[in-house]
This record gives sequence, C-alpha cells and structure tokens, in this order.
Amino acid sequence: MSTVVYTADDGFVTTIEGRPGDSVMETAVRNGVRGIVGECGGSLSCATCHVFVELETFDLVGGPGDLEDEMLDGTAVERHDNSRLSCQIKLQDGCEYHVTTPSEQL
Amino acid sequence: METTLIVGACQAGVQLASTLRDLGDTDAIVMIGEEAHRPYQRPPLSKGWLKGELEPDDVILRTRQWFDDRDIQLIAGDRVVTIHREPGGSGVAHTLGGRQIAFTRLALTTGASVRRLTLPGTDYRGVHYLRDADDAIALGPALAEPSAQRVVVIGGGFIGLEAASAARQLGKDVTLVEGTGRLIGRVVAEQTSEFYLAAHRRRGTEVVLGARIARILGEDASAAGRRGSVTGVELDDGRMIPADLVVIGIGVIPRVELAVQLGLAVEGGIVLDESCRASDGRTVAAGDCAIMPNPYPAGLGGLVRIESVNNALEQAKIAAATLLGKDAAYSSVPWFWSDQADLKLQIAGLSAGYDGIVVRGDPDTERFAVLYYRDDRLIAADCVNQPAEFLAIKHALAKGQTIPRHAAADTGVPLKQSVVDAPVAVAS
Repeated sequence: MSTVVYTADDGFVTTIEGRPGDSVMETAVRNGVRGIVGECGGSLSCATCHVFVELETFDLVGGPGDLEDEMLDGTAVERHDNSRLSCQIKLQDGCEYHVTTPSEQL
Repeated sequence: METTLIVGACQAGVQLASTLRDLGDTDAIVMIGEEAHRPYQRPPLSKGWLKGELEPDDVILRTRQWFDDRDIQLIAGDRVVTIHREPGGSGVAHTLGGRQIAFTRLALTTGASVRRLTLPGTDYRGVHYLRDADDAIALGPALAEPSAQRVVVIGGGFIGLEAASAARQLGKDVTLVEGTGRLIGRVVAEQTSEFYLAAHRRRGTEVVLGARIARILGEDASAAGRRGSVTGVELDDGRMIPADLVVIGIGVIPRVELAVQLGLAVEGGIVLDESCRASDGRTVAAGDCAIMPNPYPAGLGGLVRIESVNNALEQAKIAAATLLGKDAAYSSVPWFWSDQADLKLQIAGLSAGYDGIVVRGDPDTERFAVLYYRDDRLIAADCVNQPAEFLAIKHALAKGQTIPRHAAADTGVPLKQSVVDAPVAVAS
C-alpha cells in the first residue's frame, strides 16, 4: 500500500491508504477527499486536481511533464514552484505522499 | 423520514448522492443501476481502455467504503421497470428483480442508450457498439486479436474517432465511414472538422465521408448455430469495405421510459427547468437523459441536452440542492474533451448560434484553436493541443469576459493576457 496525506486549504488533514498505481487524484476522489475535483478523470484535460507538493514528496515525484506544465499555467489558483496536477502522480508501493490542496479548483 | 431514490448509478447519480450528503442530508439514499458493475467513468472506455491500458478498478468512481461511510445504499444489476407515485409525492419503484423500493424523493439519472443501426447484418460476430462497460469489455480483447486486422468504424463523431484512433495505434487497418459531409459536424465548425479529417488521414486512417451504408456483410452461420462472422460493410453505391471487426458509434438516445410513464414532459430528453426539476415540479433529473433551458450563455433561449461529464456533475449538484429545497444555479461553463492519438481536443462553451470565428494558429502544426463569436463576443472555442489557451478561455467565459478578435488571432501573445471585460449587453 501507499499513504497519501492531504492537507486542505483550511488545514484539515485527511490520510488515505492508496492502491499502488492509482494517482493521488484518483485516491482522493474515490475516497471523497475534498479539495480535489478531477472532472476529466485523469486524462490531463481539466486542471482541477491541482496540488502543492511538500518538499520530500517533490523529491520523490519530480516536476511536471510538458503538457502538465502548460495546464498548470491555467489553474484556478496560481501555480507555485511545487505545483503538480495530482492525476499525474502515480502511487508507488510503500511510499508516503504529502500534498496541500488549493482553495479553489474550478 | 425521507428516502431519496436515485435511478441510474452513473456519474450523475453518484454526484447527486454525494452532493445530498455534502449539503447535510442525513436521510436514506438508495441508488439503483441496471449494470452489474460498480458506478464507473465512461470517457476512458473509448480511450485508454481500448488500448489495453486500463483495468475495471481503474475506472470506478468511488470505493465501496465511500458508499458505506455515507450510508448510501447501492443496488447494482437491477432495473426499475415501473414507478407508482401518490399525488403527495411519495411512491414505490418496482424492479425487474422483484424489489419494491419505497421513496419520498425521486431523481432520474437514467442516462442514454446506444443508438443502434437498423440495417441487415448488425448481429454478425465482430460487430460492436461502444457505450457501456460490457461493450468495452467485449470490444477491448476483440480489437487486440491479431485476426482482427481490418477495422471499419461507422460514425465520425467523438466515439467513432476515438475508437478509430485506438485501433490505428494498435496497428490495425482502419476505415471510418461517416454519413454526413464532415467529421464531428454536430459540434464543431468546418475548420475543426477539416483539421480532424486531415489529421486522421495523416495517421493512416481511411476516411469516407457522405457514405450511406446498405448493410453489413458476414459469413453464413455454421451448422452449430454459431453466429457468422462479419466480413465487410457494403455502401449504397455498391462499394464493399472488407472488415474483420466493425465498431458502430452513431450516437445515443436518452432513456426517458420512466419519465414518460410518470407523465413528465419529454422532448428529446426529460424536460427540466433551471433547477433541474421535471414538469411535475418535484421529480429531478440530471445528465444525458435531461434537456434544460440553455445554461450558457444564459438567456439565449431554447432547450439543450448536453452529453458530457461536466454537465452530468453540474446538473446533479443542482438537482440535489433542489431536492433539499435549496437554491442552486448552473455555474459552470460547459466543456468537453476528446483524446484521439496524440491530439487533445478541449472545447469550452457552447458554439450554437455563432456568427463568426477566428482561427488562432496554423492547423497544420496540430496546435491551434478555433474561437467562436456572437455579436463580437467570445462564446466558445475548440482548442487542439493548446491546454493553456483552453483554460484561459474557459476561465474568461466563466467570468463573463471576452477576447477581442484581433487579439485572438495574435499567436505572439498568450490568450490569458488578452482577456477583457465584455461590454454589458443591451436588452433588445
């Protein structure tokens, strides 16, 4: 299993045991974590699964791909250096992920 | 004690249940769906699924735990066949499986069924439709068979083009036949249609436009009574296109049987008001089965039925609020996406009624956008491999803003920087 710790904009923390291979977005949506929408289901079309990735997690997952990078220019809340679209972060077995969700996704 | 019955366990149904709980509803919620599967996403079925990239667990909408935690009872694999409703609003739904479900609130998220081709030969082995998980579960492996080398796709809409793309990517010889004179003609302008025609031909798909199909051809059934296999598609001009596998994608028909039975107004969909209420003033509906006053831009008039995830979610949220006696309005700009090979199409807004367009960029580069205007105001756009521009347009439309035509054509400046407030419309 993998663990994802989601911190909402208001500081509310949700911890979910995720399935390796699923994305951080899918893990949130399927378990009802607020703050991540993921309207397009992970096809890199909607930019509504924007997250800020904590430093240690960023070292693990790295930066965005080209298309994702373009999408991040159009998120509802302006991107930071540690911004990613969480549909593009696939969980690896045994890893722990820490992300913060922005105040708006739409 | 209220009981909400949601008929249809799909994107709209799940969102409706979710929003009911988010809004604080603690009464009983029962959701019933005729498919044996857990509620799932449809869009991947014509995309990643056909390329063998996905498993059933990859497309589910919510975990079992999610339903349990929210005390939402899910009945999968049974179908509501009749609904008896008292004048007071409560009623009982009777299912094919013999269940009787009493309810006080009713939501119809019955979706749409695949439009079938009414021509001889559609029952040959190797003739597929693509709408439900079961369709995809049958089509995926059939397409992967090395013996299915020649694929004919009937229908040049999103489903047909996505299926054709997946088949080409699997190395098949693909011919796509479309009855009208252009691709995706119901949704996009000629410039976008022309681009997709050229792009699919560049990728090796044979595209036949204006083709009328006479029948589907197949071998005689064997003595064992097995259905004969498909061998080709015959056009009405006598042309024969050989095929080992045929995919038919010619649209869907909204499921309105229960609405008709309940005496609700139906005009190519269950007719809703802005609050997603049907004509009886108490049943709500959402998604592909519903038709409502054009939500965007508001005030344009007419009824529209929008087949998209975004619309299913938006209507479901409104319908849930309405059931609880709360106000909610359509607040999203309708949007759509289609992934075909390495082409990402994102459409923002509804282009119906446009009186002018601006093409931004050169379609031959496979990165461009078509912006639609009415009375000099931006109303919609088709964006191909331009995700940042798409998002800039979607956000602008959501805020009631526009992009001047001259700026829209200037590829030297990102659209995000060209957004301006729209002049206040003068009532005519």
